[in-house]
Amino acid sequence: MADRQLMTGNEAMAEAAIRAGCRTYFGYPITPQNEILEYMAAHLPRAGGTFLQAESEVAAINMCYGAAAAGVRTMTSSSSPGVSLKMEGISYLAGADLPCVILNVARGGPGLGNIAPAQGDYFQATKGGGHGDYRLIVLAPSTAQEAADLAGLAFDLSDQYRVPALILADGMLGQMMEPVALPPHRDPATLPPKPWALTGAKGRDPNYIASFALEPTVLRDLNVRRHARYREIEAREVRWEEVATADAEVLLVAYGTMGRIAKTVVRRGRERGIRVGLLRPITLWPFPYSPIRKLAERVRAVLTVELSAGQMWEDVRLAVEGRCATPFYGEMGGVVPTPSEILTEVMRHV
Amino acid sequence: MERAVVFAGFGGQGVLLAGKILARAGMKAGLEVTWLPSYGPEMRGGTANCTVVLSDEPIGSPIAESPDVVMAMNGPSLDRFESRVAKGGALIINSSLIDRGVGRADVRGILVPANELARELGEPRVANMVALGAVVGALGVVPLAAVKEAMAAELGAKARGNIVALNAEALDLGHAKAEVT
Amino acid sequence: MSSTDTMTKVFARPRSLTEKPFTYCPGCDHGLLTRILAGAIDKLGIQERTVIIAPVGCAVFAYEWFRCDGIQASHGRAAAVATGLKRANPDLIVISYQGDGDLAAIGTAETIHAANRGEAITVIFVNNQIYGMTGGQMAPTTLAGQRATSCPEGRDVRTMGHPLPVAEMIATLAAPAYVTRQSLHDPKHVAQATKAVEKALRYQVEGKGYSLVEVLSTCPTGWRMPPAVAHKHVADVVTGAFPLGDLVDRG
Repeated sequence: MADRQLMTGNEAMAEAAIRAGCRTYFGYPITPQNEILEYMAAHLPRAGGTFLQAESEVAAINMCYGAAAAGVRTMTSSSSPGVSLKMEGISYLAGADLPCVILNVARGGPGLGNIAPAQGDYFQATKGGGHGDYRLIVLAPSTAQEAADLAGLAFDLSDQYRVPALILADGMLGQMMEPVALPPHRDPATLPPKPWALTGAKGRDPNYIASFALEPTVLRDLNVRRHARYREIEAREVRWEEVATADAEVLLVAYGTMGRIAKTVVRRGRERGIRVGLLRPITLWPFPYSPIRKLAERVRAVLTVELSAGQMWEDVRLAVEGRCATPFYGEMGGVVPTPSEILTEVMRHV
Repeated sequence: MERAVVFAGFGGQGVLLAGKILARAGMKAGLEVTWLPSYGPEMRGGTANCTVVLSDEPIGSPIAESPDVVMAMNGPSLDRFESRVAKGGALIINSSLIDRGVGRADVRGILVPANELARELGEPRVANMVALGAVVGALGVVPLAAVKEAMAAELGAKARGNIVALNAEALDLGHAKAEVT
Repeated sequence: MSSTDTMTKVFARPRSLTEKPFTYCPGCDHGLLTRILAGAIDKLGIQERTVIIAPVGCAVFAYEWFRCDGIQASHGRAAAVATGLKRANPDLIVISYQGDGDLAAIGTAETIHAANRGEAITVIFVNNQIYGMTGGQMAPTTLAGQRATSCPEGRDVRTMGHPLPVAEMIATLAAPAYVTRQSLHDPKHVAQATKAVEKALRYQVEGKGYSLVEVLSTCPTGWRMPPAVAHKHVADVVTGAFPLGDLVDRG
């Protein structure tokens, strides 16, 4: 077994970001993600990077916009209300085709809400959030190990497609500790070059970065090209995990913290002879429509479980398109359903 | 094999640290572990608790509906968690601060005067290690030696003088309580 | 000897200026200031390491007027974008070019905190006392009593606040290396403003830190004044409300 360290999800994402070659971080304090900010303050300078505590979430995301334009891997992190503040900047990043990693260690909402784990930011993360016709790559880890792995992947995908990537975690994952086998350090100098970056117009024509085009046909064409990249991401980057789906009668669909709790539901259900399986989306955008659709052909029900009133549920129903029943079970406000409660719900559909 | 332990007490009684040490020991012993703290405003002076799950398989839920062992360092913690302990499980009760025993017949109650024993050692702050020693004894899946190593690693550079040795003695005292009861 | 042999070139487009036509109204000082900035970039020989940050406002196209790398920032956030660029690559010369709505209303927080951290950037602040691009609304710098489309009876300082003294505010901070207010209303002041822009850039090249050059400018369209009258208005009235001169020079 690789050398494992006991780390919180927050620390795991921060350390993995540094190891992925992130060299600028801009953030603002908000619970339950402060450990990321503090970890970066302590460790990023030692890796030769720049940490800066910004005056606001708005400033932080715009600092990322500048650093991304300079061609350096950059990250910001926050929790739900702070991510709302970043949305304008995220729209600009998307419109300027700049790579950036945003961590949302989500909490209960709307408004100030509370600091307990919640999944009420799914719509914001996957359906826009900011203005305009854009997408984010959205990754949803369910363990500290996966949080570390996906933090590295987020930088790679964001650079490769020039699309900002958002990791949608929650307070529970951020605060809990688990053993993590960390990835190796990558030297930023060995990362693929970014010829579009603002490095000074020396020996080349100037590079311009903007999300601005007054002429409608020009802006249309920019958007069409961007959406062609989105299609490519949808074709190549869908990620999910299946547990005990081969003979499942009821399929659970759950992500993140709820996804791991659903694994306990599957184990206990199977111990009692109930044919329950789980599909856990790892990418929330692109969403695993097709694997869910395939399973919907042969199960009795697809039960979506979320820490929300039913946000991913809409995508699940789009995937199933009436092939079977699509019940929902969820809790809001930071309340986390127990495996027994979910199993009781599963029993209603077998 | 999967076991869950809840550590609960006042903020400042070191319950989060006790849980971390058990989680670290479990990891070093090759198990999968999760350590889930209560992380609200309660950590500043109010009640605090954390849940440690130890398993030989990947862990699903880090929340324990029915913990196998609960370490209650104060009365409110016992009141809150007593009914949730799994049948056949154990309750470690800090009898220095709690003047009642277990009200259930299907749970093993282990009374540990953690604060008194710590004071006898000359270091009141090691009460949490006394109680943790009892947890380790009642749990039985992580060797005490691994817990001592994890304690030394967790205290790390902050540990001065004989503090590691004192904490190890505290673990022994608590462990003995769980064995003899 | 033919007459052409004796002719010397005394005026040319700065090398750092592209040939893209300005989008400014006739008589507006933005064009002149853009030229001054390009000239200063030429003079210091920093065209190949400069990044220009354009604001949201009349100067929104500024990133395309310079033969330098350029980026367009969201409204008010140029100082944060500048911070990100400079921190990511300290070898860059980073210049934000911002108007008064952008810098002094929606971007006040970013402006003050970048200055207070002493970010090694140069901020060119165009104070024309009005929102030009959106059609002449009241700006934070609009003079007391001045009419604008969103204060048709004139700015009433009792309910709309006073003209915001940006240079003076920034000058109270410990970090900035150079804070000055200049004007472009006559050739003498154009020459002084040119020197101030050069100094601000030189300080960045020399690693001395943050500088802000506030420049009083005209908006003949928004003010509803012919250019010559607008320049006289700057000399007679605006400089009374916004006194000229260096406020900080820690060079």
